[in-house]
Amino acid sequence: MSKEKNFFADRDIQVILGTLLRVGVIASMTVVFIGGLVYLAFNHSEMVNYSHFDSVKAGFSTVSDIFIGLGHLKGSAIIQFGVLLLIFTPIMRVVFSIFSFLIERDYLYVLIGAFVLCVILFSLSNKLVG
Amino acid sequence: MFGDSIFAAMSVLLFTIIVLLGAFVAGLVGSLTGLGGGVIIIPLLTLVLGVDIHYAIGASIISVIATSSGSAAAYVKEGITNIRIGMFLEIATTISAIIGAVVTVYINPSYIAIIFGLILLFSAAMMIRKKIDHSDNDTSGRLAVFLKLNGTYPTENGMQNYAVHNVIGGFLMMFVAGIISGLLGIGSGALKVIAMDNIMRIPFKVSTTTSNFMMGVTAAASAIVYLHRGQIDPGIAMPVALGVLTGATVGSKILVKTKTDKLKIIFAVVVAFLALQMIYNGLTGRL
Repeated sequence: MSKEKNFFADRDIQVILGTLLRVGVIASMTVVFIGGLVYLAFNHSEMVNYSHFDSVKAGFSTVSDIFIGLGHLKGSAIIQFGVLLLIFTPIMRVVFSIFSFLIERDYLYVLIGAFVLCVILFSLSNKLVG
Repeated sequence: MFGDSIFAAMSVLLFTIIVLLGAFVAGLVGSLTGLGGGVIIIPLLTLVLGVDIHYAIGASIISVIATSSGSAAAYVKEGITNIRIGMFLEIATTISAIIGAVVTVYINPSYIAIIFGLILLFSAAMMIRKKIDHSDNDTSGRLAVFLKLNGTYPTENGMQNYAVHNVIGGFLMMFVAGIISGLLGIGSGALKVIAMDNIMRIPFKVSTTTSNFMMGVTAAASAIVYLHRGQIDPGIAMPVALGVLTGATVGSKILVKTKTDKLKIIFAVVVAFLALQMIYNGLTGRL
């Protein structure tokens, strides 16, 4: 019986999570779309050159750079901000899952969830790319 | 395929329009076949438009996050994601995805193209193969019991119990799936299916949605590495993400109405052709 109850508690949380994810995707894609319009308005006649990857010439590749670019209303910075929102969408799902495990007093899974979150945050700390 | 000379000088506007259309088709086909948009957009960007594979990978991972998070809401209605299985296996996939994303730039692009082609061939084969549900209710696996992985899902005849097997084997396979995902910027759904359906013997209904749940988190982990390295270029990521997501949304609407068995065989041939092109271009050092 308690298992069934758990299933439905899980289900409620999942419905909320599903809505959150959809909102996250729609919001981030709207930002990307707006950024795209701004980007096209100012850069449409430039020539593209993507034939060789060069990490040095990349702009807006850190969170702080993106926010600085946003202040100048740069199209590419707005796009990258949308990308950032999108990346954070599934990460929020992990955070909410940890809370739902906490409510269920399932501490083993609080620990597992926290570990997964730490792995992602470690990646966010920008120590991995030289 | 056409050589990059035709497209060597292209304006931002033209490039955006072409990529937008291509990404739409990739998202549509990816959703109809269950392959995901990434495996189709990468050959398109590299083979047809002459984009460096590292940029293609960065753009693709963004589309993976968008489609998996977007479809999660639909899956949730069916209410069968096993969050415990997903969260436990994410330990493997996030760590390995980051490792894959870190090492990918140190690998010769030609090798990446060859690995990509092989994974693509494998995915095409997995797509047309008959799926057999190996699930049962033998809850004797000690690790599965300890981790509370066994669960239930709703069927027409009420709640159905299922048991999870070979947790360690599944975990290791997920580690491989994560490495591939990080290396190539794809969801590596085909490998996740192997881990869940064949090794852990989870019922389809549960494995499909749980794999989708994991895909977004795994992709986010490697996307951060790509972002920091500058592999996510706004000029490519924008049309790819918008196109793939729109295509995938349309695809999921069509999917409800049509039987896709015959379509799948046609797509499998197309995908196999793309795969061979990637391998050929990798072997001749043109990518």
